[in-house]
Amino acid sequence: MMRPLVSALRVGKSFAGHAALVDVTLDVTPGEVVCIIGPSGSGKTTFLRCINQLERIDAGALWVNGELTGYRHAAGALYPLNEAEISRQRRVTGMVFQRFNLFPHMTALQNVTEGPMQVLKQSAAEARAEAKRLLDRVGLSHKAQAYPAELSGGQQQRVAIARSLAMHPKLMLFDEPTSALDAELVGEVLQVMRDLAASGMTMLVVTHELGFAREVGHRVVFMDHGRVVEVGTPAEIMNDPKETRTRHFLRTVLTRSA
Amino acid sequence: MDARTPPEATHAAEDLDIARLRHVRPRYYGRWAAVAIILAFVVFIVVSFARGNIGWETTGQYLFWPTILRGLVNTIWISIASMAAGIVLGVLCAVGRSSPNPVLRWVAMFYAWFFRGTPVILQLLIWFNLALVFPKFGIPGVWQMRTVDIITPAFAALLGLGLNEGAYISEIVRAGMLSVDRGQHEAAKSIGMSYGLALRRIIMPQAMRVVIPPLGNEFIGLLKTSSLASIIGFSDLLRSSQDLYYDSGRVIELLMVAGFWYLVVVSIASVGQMGLERRFGRGYGAVLRR
Repeated sequence: MMRPLVSALRVGKSFAGHAALVDVTLDVTPGEVVCIIGPSGSGKTTFLRCINQLERIDAGALWVNGELTGYRHAAGALYPLNEAEISRQRRVTGMVFQRFNLFPHMTALQNVTEGPMQVLKQSAAEARAEAKRLLDRVGLSHKAQAYPAELSGGQQQRVAIARSLAMHPKLMLFDEPTSALDAELVGEVLQVMRDLAASGMTMLVVTHELGFAREVGHRVVFMDHGRVVEVGTPAEIMNDPKETRTRHFLRTVLTRSA
Repeated sequence: MDARTPPEATHAAEDLDIARLRHVRPRYYGRWAAVAIILAFVVFIVVSFARGNIGWETTGQYLFWPTILRGLVNTIWISIASMAAGIVLGVLCAVGRSSPNPVLRWVAMFYAWFFRGTPVILQLLIWFNLALVFPKFGIPGVWQMRTVDIITPAFAALLGLGLNEGAYISEIVRAGMLSVDRGQHEAAKSIGMSYGLALRRIIMPQAMRVVIPPLGNEFIGLLKTSSLASIIGFSDLLRSSQDLYYDSGRVIELLMVAGFWYLVVVSIASVGQMGLERRFGRGYGAVLRR
């Protein structure tokens, strides 16, 4: 079996006494698209943020790209890494946020070149050429000079995807990427994600789009109350869930969208 | 009623006539009355000053007097230097306030509390009289100077005004930083930026948009507050015009000269502020198009 790109082993995280993640164990192999579904407050987003170290885990261990994240172990304990080491580890992953979080004072092109130029120290010419290629890939080469405020939500999210890809991540994390979008703009973002999956990118997608999970996901993870309740192929989880909580969640979601 | 009946058919003929009438724009008589009153008042003020006991030709003579121009230059440079010191201190203090390190937070809070809590004029006098506390300055046995030789009026003014300005600017910068969405920090981190780089490239440029108007206000305030430095013997614009009227006795004429120059400098500063606002407003609403 291929070595997993993400390996979570009994990961726990609590906020002021409230357990957001409990004993989360999950492996993601390279090239795999894993969709995480579950009710709000189930810890899906927190899990994603822990992988990208926007949150620090406080139990268990998490490896990304074969490297223990956030900590180094010595003398029978895990010691936190410093800011610079965490920044370096983060570069393996790209993250796409629910609210896009584009830099509003920069054009679409500048948003994409910012990381490569400031963090990877690429030359302006090199970064611009790459950024143009990426904007073209998400279908927005004609909007390179537009500011985020001049773009629709769907366009902003596609620029945000290009911005992440510019850092050449091995893993892309999507945190409810279409939840803040008007219904008619969801499709264009999902299409970009579909293309990305087809190109072999490893993706971890927190989503409410069950259709996308079924069509694109290799595996679906159902989470509830900070725990992984059930993992399986989309068909297994959606057609024949073993757990009552999964069944209950799917029924609620499907009746709502029907 | 049939759904396909044209809506007009249900109206009487006179309604149709009314709907055809010309719409007269509203008239605002109150506004015209206000304009008339204000104009009359302005004319009154101008005429009073023109006929009053002011030698306007004397004012004109002193306008470009070398002493006045030297004072003007001093006012401008002390304001710019104090503002620069204030911005550096203010940014450091604002970043300190948002630090996870409690000691840094406390130092930053103490600084703002101390310098906002005492009158500038008191601070100026204390800096100027520092020699009374510490007669000598330096490392004993290695290198020492008399404090009075270091603390010139200009240096005391720079210390007093700069430190005081920094305390106020720290709050302005902090407000600007708070105005930037938390998602911006996270997006910056997610593309591998360190805290310092995120601050410089992402957070501060966005904070600037909010910070520039109150910062311009501070600078304009400072151009005038710098006149307080005249009490410790700094030859600013006001002090220079006072020196001249002690000699010539033309008090009001020389105060008019000082007032004129303050207005000129403040006007230029306001135009500069507008330019900066446009620069940092890139990507936002009203000034979207370059």
